[in-house]
Amino acid sequence: MTESATHAPASPVKEIEVSDLRLAYGGKEVIHGISFNVHRNEILAVIGPAQSGKTSMLRCLNRTIDFTASASVSGCVKVGGQDVRAMKDVFALRRRIGMVAPLPTGLPLSIYDNVAFAPRCSGVTRKADLEPVVEKCLRQAALWDEVKDRLDSLGTALSGGQQQRLTIARALSHQPEILCLDEFSIAIDPVTTMRIEDVLKELREEITIILVTNLTQQARRLSDRTMFLLEGDIVEIDATDVIYSGESKSEKTRGYVSGMFG
Amino acid sequence: MAGRFAKTPHIARKEIAESVARSVFGLMSAAMIVPLVLIVGYLVVLAWPALSLEFLLDVPKRGMTDGGIWPAFVGTLYLVGISLLVSTPIGVLAAIYLNEYAKDNWFNRLVNLAVINLAGVPSIVHALFGLGAFVYAARFGYSILSASLTLAIMTLPVIIASTREALASVPMAFREACWNVGATRWQTVRAVVLPNSISGILTGVILQVSRAAGETAPVMFTGAVFFKAVQRGDLFPYGLGDQCMALSMHLYTLATQVPNVKEALPYATAVVLLGSVLLVNATAIVLRIWLRNRKKW
Repeated sequence: MTESATHAPASPVKEIEVSDLRLAYGGKEVIHGISFNVHRNEILAVIGPAQSGKTSMLRCLNRTIDFTASASVSGCVKVGGQDVRAMKDVFALRRRIGMVAPLPTGLPLSIYDNVAFAPRCSGVTRKADLEPVVEKCLRQAALWDEVKDRLDSLGTALSGGQQQRLTIARALSHQPEILCLDEFSIAIDPVTTMRIEDVLKELREEITIILVTNLTQQARRLSDRTMFLLEGDIVEIDATDVIYSGESKSEKTRGYVSGMFG
Repeated sequence: MAGRFAKTPHIARKEIAESVARSVFGLMSAAMIVPLVLIVGYLVVLAWPALSLEFLLDVPKRGMTDGGIWPAFVGTLYLVGISLLVSTPIGVLAAIYLNEYAKDNWFNRLVNLAVINLAGVPSIVHALFGLGAFVYAARFGYSILSASLTLAIMTLPVIIASTREALASVPMAFREACWNVGATRWQTVRAVVLPNSISGILTGVILQVSRAAGETAPVMFTGAVFFKAVQRGDLFPYGLGDQCMALSMHLYTLATQVPNVKEALPYATAVVLLGSVLLVNATAIVLRIWLRNRKKW
């Protein structure tokens, strides 16, 4: 709490500004003009049932939506004050944003290479530079102790939960300023989930985190603010304490977080 | 066994249908082996008197009625080797573009359509095209170069199609994971897509070896000749601009054009052609198994 207190809730720095974001896949609109900000060094939880546009929204942030030919995006997304659609170096943008996809995806490379992949892509090739990064990221993802003796075995041979933590390590490997976690804990046991949640609380000191989750209790434990997305619209975005206090403005939100609906 | 676990008439009927289906399908699978065994057995029996290493290494003698097939064997090696040297890089690189880079627009749809239709063009039409384009228009003359390029064009669409299939079999999630950490498409292709599709790509290319080796019309029209004097066992008898002999055409010549050929000669030629093709296919299978065992997910 001390951190957010010193960071002056009066005027938080806007790390991400989204205004009137619309997204359609082949003419079918799935995000209907949403606007919100993400403050620097906060954890913003995004909750909402399936098909709410949570994952699609994340893909607009790092512009991996570009790879979907049928997608058309309008509106404005600013990261660090810059319009992402005007950025020349989209790869630099993607390195500023760590993205953890919902399905555990170890690349068919060694564990070491999985984590070293992103630094290598951006030009870091010396072993002396790579090794500390790999270790640090694997430690942060609570995976180091399990794999430190077999870094050259295949990332795809790990269990689902381990692969998911490997994905987190990979997302941290390019030292992002923003970390987006999309349902990161689906395949992970509760104990390990708690360890990663602890890491996320530490990481908040340095970076901004967007946490998309179906576990409303996880959102409650971790986040500073919570956004409730429903069918491509923002129902409500407010301090997590307010959302979960049962005094939120929208009846839908109250119903969703208390498990009455959705 | 009366009671709850007795067979009802319905289950009995199902079991009969099941066993009928199984025997019909099994019989049809077994029927696949029969023609192959018959063809190979028939050829080998008739070819037996002539089959020897000497037959492979020797040159045709006495007006092609005796001797071996070395010039034709080497000629086929040349034609197949050069044609695949041309078509493999073009085909694989084009397939990478089409599968990894191309957006869904009219141009790329046109390219796809061209690839599919090119694969359906009969070989005799390829032959005529090769004659017009390479022999006359490009002035390469009747030569190994013209014949190889004709074979290359013939194999190109199939290589593109099989490579695309191999690339598409790499899960999309791997690509997305790479893009998410800021990798370019090429970094993604090089690090993840190619290493995991190489077995399929190689298999597709190797299968084209047998196809190119067996084709007769395209090489007959563009560079293969009736007879060419070559030293026994000479590995480099031809230049790019030379005409050459080819196994497929040699077989045709022996079987239909030359009188009084020793009876076993055409059959022995067929055995060498078929044997080489089967050997190459077997290599492809072994390679595929080996690479698949190294597959990483």
